[in-house]
Amino acid sequence: MTLLSVSGLTMERGKHMILRDVSFSIGKGELIGLIGSNGAGKTTLLRAVLGLLPAAGHSSLATLPQRARARQAAWMPQAREVAWPVSVERLVSLGRLPHLGAGQPIGRTDRAAIDGAIADMGLEDFRHRTATDLSGGELARVLIARTLAQDTPLVLADEPIAGLDPAHQIQTMRLFAGLAVAGRSAVVSIHDLGLAARHCTRLMLLGGGRLVADGAPGDVLTPDNLTEHFNIIAHFAQTEAGPIFQPLDVVGMD
Amino acid sequence: MSRLMLALSALVLALVAAALVIGPANAPYGDSLAALFVDDGTPLTLVMREIRLPRAILALVIGASLGMAGAAMQGYLRNPLADPGLIGVSASAALGAVLAIQTGLAAAFAFGLPLAALAGAVLGVLLVLALAGPRGASITLILAGIVVSSLAGALTSLVLNLSPNPFAASEIVFWMMGSLADRSMDHVWLALPLIALGLALLATLTRGLDALTLGEDAAQALGVDLTRLRLTLVAGTAAVVGASTAVAGTIGFVGLVVPHLLRPFVGARPGALLWASALGGAAMLLAADILVRVVLPTKDLKLGVVTALVGAPLFLHLIYKTRRQMA
Amino acid sequence: MRNSRVITLALGAVLAAAPAGAQDGADTGVPATPPERVVSMNLCTDQLAMMLADEGQLHSVSYLSQQARGSALVEQARQYVPNRGLAEEIYLMAPDLVIAGSFSDRTTLDMLRRLDVPVAVFEPAGSLADISDRLRRMGEVLHREDAAARMVARFDARLAELATQAPPEGDRPSAALYSANGWSSGGRTLPGQIVTAAGFDLVADDFGLAWGGFLPLELLAMSDPDAVITGQSYPADSRAEEILDHPVVAHLKRDSMRGIVSDQDWSCGTPLVLDAIARLSNARLAATGARR
Repeated sequence: MTLLSVSGLTMERGKHMILRDVSFSIGKGELIGLIGSNGAGKTTLLRAVLGLLPAAGHSSLATLPQRARARQAAWMPQAREVAWPVSVERLVSLGRLPHLGAGQPIGRTDRAAIDGAIADMGLEDFRHRTATDLSGGELARVLIARTLAQDTPLVLADEPIAGLDPAHQIQTMRLFAGLAVAGRSAVVSIHDLGLAARHCTRLMLLGGGRLVADGAPGDVLTPDNLTEHFNIIAHFAQTEAGPIFQPLDVVGMD
Repeated sequence: MSRLMLALSALVLALVAAALVIGPANAPYGDSLAALFVDDGTPLTLVMREIRLPRAILALVIGASLGMAGAAMQGYLRNPLADPGLIGVSASAALGAVLAIQTGLAAAFAFGLPLAALAGAVLGVLLVLALAGPRGASITLILAGIVVSSLAGALTSLVLNLSPNPFAASEIVFWMMGSLADRSMDHVWLALPLIALGLALLATLTRGLDALTLGEDAAQALGVDLTRLRLTLVAGTAAVVGASTAVAGTIGFVGLVVPHLLRPFVGARPGALLWASALGGAAMLLAADILVRVVLPTKDLKLGVVTALVGAPLFLHLIYKTRRQMA
Repeated sequence: MRNSRVITLALGAVLAAAPAGAQDGADTGVPATPPERVVSMNLCTDQLAMMLADEGQLHSVSYLSQQARGSALVEQARQYVPNRGLAEEIYLMAPDLVIAGSFSDRTTLDMLRRLDVPVAVFEPAGSLADISDRLRRMGEVLHREDAAARMVARFDARLAELATQAPPEGDRPSAALYSANGWSSGGRTLPGQIVTAAGFDLVADDFGLAWGGFLPLELLAMSDPDAVITGQSYPADSRAEEILDHPVVAHLKRDSMRGIVSDQDWSCGTPLVLDAIARLSNARLAATGARR
């Protein structure tokens, strides 16, 4: 069953083509790493897919009415804004808004989803702390928990593990992988290619606004792609402990 | 949180009772309240029903309006410094009102006065939103507010000076500082419809403002229609501030002080803060109006003076606290 | 003239503080010979001058006298040249006497004095007793002492006659004077004395506002006056005058005696106030007669 289908997504800003004819579809049980160098258009693509930015082409999410879309896909933006000193629990519960009618209080399913998200992200001790008092990494985990609490088939996250310590990075990627196992899907934009290789089932490489490669990590992280789109050479090997990817040096840049 | 609402409601009821029994007529409290409900043929009934009652009602609904509008603007702009008086919405409403009175529009149409004030308020809100930008950063917001307030105030003064009436020129004090003295039930009926409409509109913003805690992008993705939210905010604020200003002049700081004081009690949730601020604003304005009658009964001490004496120090404190973000 | 007591006192203080030279002899302004070309620049001095001046003696009156709103002698005033109280304008009329009120622009009067134009300044009448005094003084200034004396005699006689029509103390209906900003005049002001001479007791006096002052609307209502007198309002609207449209005031006026109004006859201290007193007195008799 397709959770998201995108075809011919194109976006210009002035003379610049930000997205060029991007097409793909996502089924259940996938953890997709969206990779590309800075300015390749990852954030723009995710926002255009959601319909937060106007773009030519078709996205099955963007055509949905707003409430339905919020129940189909959860979005975690890159900017980790929290405007008011609310408690962690309160912040996570914001994820339940698409499921609540006007004036409807939090019900049992909602509570279960919130508690589950808090447990999954290891935030039990932080429940009553003020979100704005937390460190960057802790806040990131809280915002991920909010996204999880939204309980949607599809999760779109813009650099969710940036700024987290290694342990939490791995744990979060495992969590997203667990979503896939449970039949949901996640698209995660990510800079750490090693983690992407180890946890994602599929990688989408964006270069200059175009979807230049789409497939298993082994098929996407080829030396040619690395040189052309990342300006790096890397050591990429399948080991007993799983795939290991380590950038080694910069090439082709002055 | 419902304990908070109960406590605030009790406070408001107590203040309404006090507002009804305090006045120059100095009648015993029991007699005053009795005269309100039962027409005993004495002048006291006239005083209670035509002088004290409208004044208490207006203090209640205008205070609620300013409190809720302040909470709504702060929630939308994600800035604790937003207040309809400070950012010039009240001043532009006052300009609309003065124009309606001096051109005869207010006398020609039944609701000409509050509608003209609403139009002025809409212009003021739109101007501030345009100047302050989408993020509503503190410094640009305050600057936008200064510009709009100054311009509206200057134009109001000009219009009043052009009036053939010799009293009009000194009227600017009423418009800039606000007063509920000698308002009648006519004023209540004039303001109430728009205030009720505005409060109802603002009350629908609860979810949207809660979602905005995460920023506009995330809120939109949570299913909040940002365009509709902005429109509802503009319409609701303009209706509520317009009608209030048309009848009582500009009263500032209520929308700043009340949400700030009540925010810790509602867990900083902007949605819950709306109704709490309505009750808190009603309490604050009722208290201010009682104070005005008790402290200087023979002079018309303007309400805006009292709210400014309380609010300005708080404003300074808020600026001090957020000055790093403002730099 | 609705000048408040406070303004009167403040301006009095200003005038008193002025250097003595400016007032030297110029205020008495009594010319040695009868003036033949008199210019009056104040509404109330206009009225007095028009009543007492000889044929051809008065040349110009202030433009306010020609406006129906405040002037009781509009038709008569239109025979004269209007002036706006400007020094240049008045000087060019070549007057041999200028009559002004004590609130006329001081700089204008100083300018006229510097140009060697005799200026006579009249204080506004603050009581009925002042009226005779102003009449006499106007007579002096215009060299029409006999006419003035006759007018004073007529005034005093008629005033005494009106006094006989007034009910005794304790049997008098109550009246409240109420104007913009809630101002109520008491027994020591001219409007107040017009009302008391017509046989009323003043509400303002009950609240210690003999010289006039702010009367809260609640107290006006509680005093339940038999008559409420609000006077004419100015063109266009003002918040200061809004209180006169308050339902409480409307209610009190509805229940109060009919025909109790103030008009142009009240605005200055002239014998015309007697007409005002008479009308008030008749209204009172009609109302109390009907009540019995």
